[in-house]
Amino acid sequence: MSIEVKNIIKTFGTFKALENIDLKIETGELIALLGPSGSGKTTLLRIIAGLETADQGDIIFHGKDVKDAQTKDRNVGFVFQHYALFRHMTVFENIAFGLRVKPKDVRPTEEQIKAKVTELLKLVQLDWVANRYPSQLSGGQRQRIALARALAIEPKVLLLDEPFGSLDAKVRKELRQWLRRFHDDLHITTLFVTHDQEEALEVADRVVVMNKGRIEQVGTPENVYHNPANVFVLNFLGNVNLFHGRTEEGSADATTKKIYVRPHELTVTRQPVSARSIKAKISFINPAGSVVRIDAVASDGQSVQAEISQEEYKSLKLQRNEEICLTPKNIT
Amino acid sequence: MAVHLRSEPVWVRWTLIGMALAFLGLFIFLPLSMVFITGLNKGIAVYFKSINNPDALSAIRLTLITALVAVPLNLIFGVAASWAIAKFDFYGKSFLTTLIDLPLSVSPVISGLIYVLMFGAQGPFGTWLRDHGIKIIFAPPAIILATIFVTFPMVARELIPVMKAQGNDEEEAALTLGASGFQTFWRVTLPNIKWGLLYGVILCNARAMGEFGAVSVVSGHIRGQTNTLPLHIEILYNEYNFTAAFAAASLLAMLALVTLFAKSLVEYRYRAELKAALRLENHG
Ligand SMILES: Nc1ncnc2c1ncn2[C@@H]1O[C@H](COP(=O)(O)OP(=O)(O)OP(=O)(O)O)[C@@H](O)[C@H]1O
Ligand SMILES: [Mg+2]
Repeated sequence: MSIEVKNIIKTFGTFKALENIDLKIETGELIALLGPSGSGKTTLLRIIAGLETADQGDIIFHGKDVKDAQTKDRNVGFVFQHYALFRHMTVFENIAFGLRVKPKDVRPTEEQIKAKVTELLKLVQLDWVANRYPSQLSGGQRQRIALARALAIEPKVLLLDEPFGSLDAKVRKELRQWLRRFHDDLHITTLFVTHDQEEALEVADRVVVMNKGRIEQVGTPENVYHNPANVFVLNFLGNVNLFHGRTEEGSADATTKKIYVRPHELTVTRQPVSARSIKAKISFINPAGSVVRIDAVASDGQSVQAEISQEEYKSLKLQRNEEICLTPKNIT
Repeated sequence: MAVHLRSEPVWVRWTLIGMALAFLGLFIFLPLSMVFITGLNKGIAVYFKSINNPDALSAIRLTLITALVAVPLNLIFGVAASWAIAKFDFYGKSFLTTLIDLPLSVSPVISGLIYVLMFGAQGPFGTWLRDHGIKIIFAPPAIILATIFVTFPMVARELIPVMKAQGNDEEEAALTLGASGFQTFWRVTLPNIKWGLLYGVILCNARAMGEFGAVSVVSGHIRGQTNTLPLHIEILYNEYNFTAAFAAASLLAMLALVTLFAKSLVEYRYRAELKAALRLENHG
């Protein structure tokens, strides 16, 4: 099912949480909603689910305006930032809940419910915790149970609010890949919130970058990373260095032009290689990782970050407090 | 902490415990046993006769009816009020919170008098009520009204902290899963608050059956008609009929003991409920 968000405005008192949000999500897409804390991600999700009402604007599900439809009739699967599992019910009953509250004439039988819950538990690879209570699960397990519970009602839309928010880095990585595979299997239109740019870029078909209640850019991960629409998007999607550059020696606007360069787009050498090279002093080296991260302070006092390969690092034999030259690889 | 306590000298511990027990014995256990001893001092036959006579039975009946009306009404009101206060933001919320506590800060005599002033012969409704042959003051309706008034905060006060701690998350989850408002309340909210609710009901019931002050003002003390158990006891006592008075009092004392027992039983589960709610909340 496609979702259309049309000109949504939401204020809390005098505070504008969402300003003129426009967004179209195609059927079967996996969209990441990316933005810093307080940018209105949860609010937008809640408005789509009907848990909050917008001051203005429309929410359209597959061509039908659902603005006046209640949450319970919207058939959206919602996974909450803090899981919100029913604490007094077992995992089994949590997942069965959506089936048990269906109107009598469409409610599945006890056997059907049992089969469905078992199937969902297998899907999230947790069939051995059916009889536990939420308090007896780890954070990652709760997360997956919350997802299974949302899926039980066979939603046409899946809304995930920071699904991996409170998990450690390793579990996060596993679960995000799992979410991608899972989405490729089921193809439910999915909108997931995150403030982790890596997560958004790795998993989503398209990324929506939000800031202060506005959408800054919508595009494929590649697109928003390589062609950021503005400085905010550029900054938010990874580290970036600001060069007040002499781009072309002699050209008229040379001294005023600002150049943004990502850490991996810098060449590190011992001697200047071109007129664009700047001198900097290494303040920190982190060689633990697939690339070596170097923090340096440029001669004008500005801090600069560079990333080089392990091989380069070894051949250069860099040390802390050494002078290096940094050169942007290709500036467009 | 336990280690810390154990490190106190033995004599300090035993002196403290001894003092606490002496106080309890002197001020609670001794008087309470006096109730039973005095009630039974002319033999078991007299004891039962004191209870099994029309006036006493009528007082017991009125007490039970009062509790039977007041407690369910308080239950409904308490759940509704605490639901509203804990889960919604609305204009005048702090005013409602203060209002709920009002009966606790008002003397019971005042609680009774307001009904006399309102429904009595001189009150704004007095003439109209008399013309229509409706009796409220010096009749069971006033007793029930006054009891509702004084027990008003009992349930809500217990529920508000539990509901506040639990927040809205589970209810919202239920809604997204297709549950109606009623289903959400019945299957999610109620199970989460059941021990707190039961605890409030027990306290409410004890107060409803034992209330003296407010009821005394509106009752009129008509024997066999408008006497509740506490009022019946007072009348007997004032007539120097000690045995009968204490026999009836022993019923209230037994109610107190049952309440105490049920309370500690429920308290145990209720604390767990409150603690679990706070723990989940702190988790984030
Ligand atoms: N019920 C509310 N009343 C008042 N202000 C609110 C309410 N809900 C949200 N806000 C405000 O709206 C803004 C956006 O909140 P929202 O929860 O959507 O942010 P978010 O992008 O999800 O942030 P996070 O990443 O921290 O979860 C915040 O500044 C928040 O303080
Ligand atoms: Mg949020």
